[in-house]
Amino acid sequence: MNKKKTISSNCEKATLLIEKKQIVPLTLMDNLYVKIHLAGCEVCRTYQKQSTVINYMTRKILKQTPTLLELDEDFKRNMQFKIDELLNKK
Amino acid sequence: MNVTKEARLHHESVTAQPHLWIDSYADYLYSYAMYRIKDEETARDLVQETFLAALQKVDTFEGKSSEKTWLTAILKYKIIDVYRTKSRTVAAMDCTHAIASKNFFQEDGHWNVEDRPAAFGIEHIDKLEHKEFENILVKCMQKLPALWMTVFNMKFMEEEHAEKICSELKISSGNYWVIIHRAKVNIRACLQKNWL
Repeated sequence: MNKKKTISSNCEKATLLIEKKQIVPLTLMDNLYVKIHLAGCEVCRTYQKQSTVINYMTRKILKQTPTLLELDEDFKRNMQFKIDELLNKK
Repeated sequence: MNVTKEARLHHESVTAQPHLWIDSYADYLYSYAMYRIKDEETARDLVQETFLAALQKVDTFEGKSSEKTWLTAILKYKIIDVYRTKSRTVAAMDCTHAIASKNFFQEDGHWNVEDRPAAFGIEHIDKLEHKEFENILVKCMQKLPALWMTVFNMKFMEEEHAEKICSELKISSGNYWVIIHRAKVNIRACLQKNWL
């Protein structure tokens, strides 16, 4: 089974370029590649829509303000002690 | 010029107040680190190191930004250091993993029939049930190999540029795109599988 990769067959390359396109501008050739591929490939059109949504949501999740956690008092006091010590040396 | 600089130097002790740092910022910095590192021990160490490093260069604090921003910037660099070390130790493993991991595509580049993306209701952002989607997305991201996760964190959380991520993590730019692509294809498949 020796199937050749063509623009219309190569969903792997097209989807990689779709990812790349969301981060950096593509070269003219690559842009054209994606356009031609997408024109004939509904599956990758769906991929592209979903990929954009996933990027948007990933960004949203990773940038949420974290809930405020608290360090335990012992650890803080210990740090305070170290800082005070260093400050006194100055 | 000199006068202003001297005046500023003179006022530094007023601007930076290290003796209040712990009370004011320790919990905040700890939360910031935990959110990115997800390991208590490491997060605590990073907070402590941040304060000590800040103390070393407290004279360079010019009050241009708030103390909080300044300390956060120091912490951020320490976090990237951790990412870097982590990914260096697992990089070799992950690369083989990336190659050996499930291939979604056939020889000619076509999607495998069973892996073809299908519309399942996440195609339009405005129609999404956000909270539910977020929960599944987080779970799917956690399944990623460490190096991929690191790349994702640096990219989406810190908005670092591709070149910077590559040089920090010592990966080639070709590999960078492969990682981004593979990670996304995997996450997408995981979402489709778990989205009801």
